[in-house]
Amino acid sequence: MNEKVKKILIDFSAYLFLVIFTSLTIYPVLNVVSISLRPADKLLSTSLSIIPEGATLSSYISLFTETLFLRWLLNSTLISLAVMITGVTLASTAGYALSRFKFFGKKAVMIGILITQMFPATMLLLPLYIMLIKLKLLNSYLGVIIVYTSTALPFCVWQMKGYYDTIPVSLEEAARIDGCNQFQAFYKVVFPLALPALVITALFSFMSSWAEYVVAAQILQEPELYTLAIGLKQFESSMATQWGLYAAGSLFVSIPAVLLFLILSRYLISGLTLGSVKG
Amino acid sequence: MSKRQNIFIIAFLLPAVIVMFGVIVYPFVYNIVISLSNMSLRHFRDWRIIGLKQYVKVFSEGIFYSVFFKTLIWTFVNVSFHVLIGVFLALVLNRKSLKFKPIFRTLLILPWAIPQVITALTWRSMFNYEYGAINIFIAKYLNLSPVEWLLRPFEAFTACIITNVWLGFPFMMVVALGGLQSIPQELYEAAEIDGASAWQKFKNITLPFLRPVMAPAITLGIIWTFNNLNIVWLVSNGGEPADQTHILVSYVYKAAFNLYRYGYASALSVVIFFILLAIGLYFLKKTRAVESVYE
Repeated sequence: MNEKVKKILIDFSAYLFLVIFTSLTIYPVLNVVSISLRPADKLLSTSLSIIPEGATLSSYISLFTETLFLRWLLNSTLISLAVMITGVTLASTAGYALSRFKFFGKKAVMIGILITQMFPATMLLLPLYIMLIKLKLLNSYLGVIIVYTSTALPFCVWQMKGYYDTIPVSLEEAARIDGCNQFQAFYKVVFPLALPALVITALFSFMSSWAEYVVAAQILQEPELYTLAIGLKQFESSMATQWGLYAAGSLFVSIPAVLLFLILSRYLISGLTLGSVKG
Repeated sequence: MSKRQNIFIIAFLLPAVIVMFGVIVYPFVYNIVISLSNMSLRHFRDWRIIGLKQYVKVFSEGIFYSVFFKTLIWTFVNVSFHVLIGVFLALVLNRKSLKFKPIFRTLLILPWAIPQVITALTWRSMFNYEYGAINIFIAKYLNLSPVEWLLRPFEAFTACIITNVWLGFPFMMVVALGGLQSIPQELYEAAEIDGASAWQKFKNITLPFLRPVMAPAITLGIIWTFNNLNIVWLVSNGGEPADQTHILVSYVYKAAFNLYRYGYASALSVVIFFILLAIGLYFLKKTRAVESVYE
């Protein structure tokens, strides 16, 4: 009986905690929804209701008909996908080499990877800017993709290495005994088991470029080439008149990111290594 | 070590190394050159090497020390909240009896899914004195007088921290969830048979398995928070009021791109880098993050 009461209490506090945090998480989103639905003359309102008085979709309509928003959406999608694919490919292989083999300079590589994360953004921005001008990569997607991949990759490699470390080496040894070569043991045995880490890596590289403003603002200077972040900043700079456009636009920017997460998070199923090693 | 294995290692490691260092090492070296020069808007093409003068300027100005102090507070408060909230939520979400798990998880991840630029600008609008949701809430439901969030240094800095705590915990939560899922269930089953308490299971099974996944995440969390330009820059609108809310990266960003003090900004960047290097290496050594759980 006592056990039962204790369990109910724990369950209750778990739900309470989750509900409080979830409310704090979604309120700012609802606030933006509310602003995006406000009519132009009521943008500055002191009402806390989510559906405003005289709710209208006019902000959404002008977002798609009067601005370059659709073009920015396409630009950001292409850039982020390119960074994600490059990031996962490079990190899944490099992380594996760092996890499984001992070689001269391994520790130096691991620390070197971490050190790249300690550069303040401003330190690379100015030299990179000059470098891209010399390579004629200013106002090009390739320039942005190169910079994004290089900033996202160190963490991806590090994270993949950490996850490979938790997968028992005995699995590959068994595969080698069964006649697999080193590469087969990697992609047939370890790679599928590392799926949760691959998902985190993919998400991370996608988000890091999708959300980026500082680098893109320096490299992409033509409105046609803008990514979503730069485009939205344009709306924000005249907040009083374009607050509705900003709110509607920022919801559309968040939707692909959230959807992608929902699709990918299915793969975060528990127990992928469950039962694969006995003893 | 066989020759074939060497080729295997090189083939796996080289592409990543080329990409990372090709775009990082060269700008890094170039940045050091600029930091030794007098490059600015006025001396953009006719710049020359002037030695360590820019570094002397950095350390002789009092503002460096006050901004550095604020950066330490910023980093410590943010990362502590990120890890505490993130790991705790992951543990709660990992409970087997929990219902609506996917819904909670999805909603809790929202702050990470939403671009930082939008998070920052949205919170800035919520901190607005007259029309912001937070002050309206304070006045309507708590019956307190509204707070001048963005007009006073302390309140503006607090606003930045609140925003950053909000956006940072889901990352730690997702990493912790990934780590929790790599723990073999048999270990818990065996511990239960041996009559282990919940705390013992947490301390002896969960924590040791979480550590190799969380330690690099925390180390990087410290570095990213220390280096987070977006939030401070956009929430406080470039360090307002009166450059009182800067952390080091936003201060150096302003020096570089608003004041065009390229040489000075490069020197300050190098200083920030070495501060982070010291903090990072210390933390790395302390958590032994380089070692894996099976070694």
